[in-house]
Amino acid sequence: MSTAAATHDDHHDHHHAPTGLKRWLFSTNHKDIGTLYLWFSFAMFLAGGFMAMVIRAELLEPGMQFVDPEFFNQMTTVHGLIMVFGAVMPATVGLANWMIPLMIGAPDMALPRMNNWSFWILPFAFTILIGSVLMSAFGDGNPSAPNFGWTFYAPLSTKYGPDSTDLFILSVHMMGISSIMGAINVVVTVFNMRAPGMTLMKMPLFVWTWLITAFLLIAVIPVLAGAVTMMLTDRHFGTSFFDAAGGGDPVLFQHVFWFFGHPEVYIMILPSFGIVSAIIPAFARKPLFGYASMVYATASIALLSFVVWAHHMFTVGMPLAGTLFFMYMTMLISVPTGVKVFNWVATMWRGSMSFELPMKWAIAFVVLFTCGGLSGLMLAITPVDFQYHDTYFVVAHFHYVLVTGAIFSIFAAAYYWLPKWSGVMPNKTLGELHFWNSLISANLLFFPMHFVGLAGMPRRYADYALQFADYNFWISIGGFWFGLSQLLFLAVAVLCAMKKGEKAAAKPWDGAEGLEWEVPSPAPFHTYDTPPVVK
Amino acid sequence: MATDKYYVPESSPWPLTASIGLFLTAIGGAKFIQQSTMDTMEPNFFGKPLFFIGLAWLLLVIAAWWRDTIKESVGGLHSNQLGGSYRQGMLWFIFSEVMFFAAFFGAMFYTRWLIIPWLSGEGSNAMTHEVLWPGFQAMWPLTVTPDGTTTTPMGAWGLPAINTAILLVSSITLTIAHHALLENQRGKLIIFQAITVVLGVIFLGLQGLEYVHAYDMGLTLDAGIYGSLFFLLTGFHGAHVTIGTIFLFITLIRVIKGHFSPDNCFAWEAGAWYWHFVDVVWLFLFVTVYWL
Repeated sequence: MSTAAATHDDHHDHHHAPTGLKRWLFSTNHKDIGTLYLWFSFAMFLAGGFMAMVIRAELLEPGMQFVDPEFFNQMTTVHGLIMVFGAVMPATVGLANWMIPLMIGAPDMALPRMNNWSFWILPFAFTILIGSVLMSAFGDGNPSAPNFGWTFYAPLSTKYGPDSTDLFILSVHMMGISSIMGAINVVVTVFNMRAPGMTLMKMPLFVWTWLITAFLLIAVIPVLAGAVTMMLTDRHFGTSFFDAAGGGDPVLFQHVFWFFGHPEVYIMILPSFGIVSAIIPAFARKPLFGYASMVYATASIALLSFVVWAHHMFTVGMPLAGTLFFMYMTMLISVPTGVKVFNWVATMWRGSMSFELPMKWAIAFVVLFTCGGLSGLMLAITPVDFQYHDTYFVVAHFHYVLVTGAIFSIFAAAYYWLPKWSGVMPNKTLGELHFWNSLISANLLFFPMHFVGLAGMPRRYADYALQFADYNFWISIGGFWFGLSQLLFLAVAVLCAMKKGEKAAAKPWDGAEGLEWEVPSPAPFHTYDTPPVVK
Repeated sequence: MATDKYYVPESSPWPLTASIGLFLTAIGGAKFIQQSTMDTMEPNFFGKPLFFIGLAWLLLVIAAWWRDTIKESVGGLHSNQLGGSYRQGMLWFIFSEVMFFAAFFGAMFYTRWLIIPWLSGEGSNAMTHEVLWPGFQAMWPLTVTPDGTTTTPMGAWGLPAINTAILLVSSITLTIAHHALLENQRGKLIIFQAITVVLGVIFLGLQGLEYVHAYDMGLTLDAGIYGSLFFLLTGFHGAHVTIGTIFLFITLIRVIKGHFSPDNCFAWEAGAWYWHFVDVVWLFLFVTVYWL
């Protein structure tokens, strides 16, 4: 791709960035809003990570040491909610904000003010959620924060939910409003703001995967809103959605929740596929193998994600035909996913590879995400799932796809695009330390969970049988190690934000492709006021 | 339209202030609901006022925000491309609304087709039935719940049928108004849009009447799953009709002020799309909730 029109030298009078607090509070600039999203998500990553540390501290040894089981439940619940809705999703939205307009040659996101609203809802929504946790922590567990697991199954969250459940419901509504508006913005930007010549099948895969992610968001976040609304009316207005005595069914909650929840996990991973599809070709110095098949595979994964939800519920007592349907549909997903993994490997095949930081994270992603995918395939087999269900095997599975999958790819993206965002190269020494420590500690943390899970250790318990003690000790050590390692990234990001480091060229990676590398580093406040022409 | 340049506003205080409004509404709302429905709650004095302050704040900010947008539109800052963004954005928003209703329709079909037969022992659920509620019989509408609460179903051919006719007619009058807008016939446009707004208000009035009637005959929100589904589905639909009526009323005022022309009428068309959407939802409601 090349740009025919010179884009960044036609200065307009409004090219200077606004200054002070107003710049951030009232922003309509996709880069500033992207930066806000990314910092916010990292703050949430640390907050949710701190809760994981509390969990691992309690599980370091058998018996009760630090927190009571009631507070332990609140930690697992809010850890999950914060990581899903506060860390991974906003991080990918931040990346979308920064990169999609640059990648398709648009002057900004299509609806810049709504873009800022999508962001600013989040700090308030999480103030509500974290506020309940702080009140619980400092009030000795009274009032209790949400304690029913991040999936908030009825009747734990309805009949037996603490008072803070209502605040939780409304904060989920707020997060949902934010996500839907953010997703509408992405779809409209991609469909309506592409530079002349940027046809759909020329778009970088990150744009494609985000387009499909945004479609999933618009389709399923309203269903989540429906689920929490039914919860609220069941709790306070006497409805019987999740109460069999009135003709409803607690399992109905699980169906509605997972109709949202399964597409939701693809919402968290599809942008990662796009990131890795940008980075591997850049450092293998070869075009992406099978571009079109990548697009179709992404779309197939997204469509299949609507018909697999009940594989989360194999043990609730569905009819046999139902479980078989969901089992086969789930296994079908491994086909397009396999296409993707094959294409990434084929891109590297006989490439002239180099292993800069983004590439290290991307390769770690491909290997470890595949691990998580394979344990997912095991979980998809209904009869086997009866053993694995609600054990640490499930915890291992989804942490492989979400931590060493989604979060590793987000780090890959950060190392890859930080030069473009900040104008300086991320610190190599700290970056290497961050990568190797994260890689080793994450595997020490999550791999043994497979073993304790297969041996029958249930998830979400504050204590465990003695035979799991050795594994849990090492899992906790891995957990603290992984948690502390992330502070290294904080140092990397702060150094970049302070512009301390080697100056970055407009295109700091020699194999990188795409419009984002044709503007200077750091990217000017306004880019592509006049659209480039893509050939 | 006056410009080809894509309009990116400089900065705006509204997104942040709207978020604060939402924040107050959420906290106040949760406390207000708890206060008004739970006997065990310790009295607190901030829930109700906070909820209404937050809501008023939110509405004021949104009004100010849209005032800015209208000024930009009237001031010729909107390019055709921006119009495209607005149109596509509105269509995707309506799609998200469709999915919101889909959650409740899905819950209804799951209840009718699976839960109730299962509770009465169908499939492999003989023991569920035997052990839990042996006297329970499957039926729809569910007039006797497993725990014995009774209720009366709402018939389709009284008020609901009249309301169906009203909404169908309102869709026709709105389409006539749309054609008048595109052909620059202001008088016809104003008359037919005003008729549509009035029909919307009549619909809401009749729906309120129906609710009073429902409560009189024992169909209440807490009368088991039939009442839950009936009131949440029709209630959310009614809320959307209210929003749609206000939407059409505001665009009617803007028509009178001369804001729209055949090639610059996004807000008007967005209101019309929204109206047709609530109309279609009603048809589904009428067939599946009232009739079958």
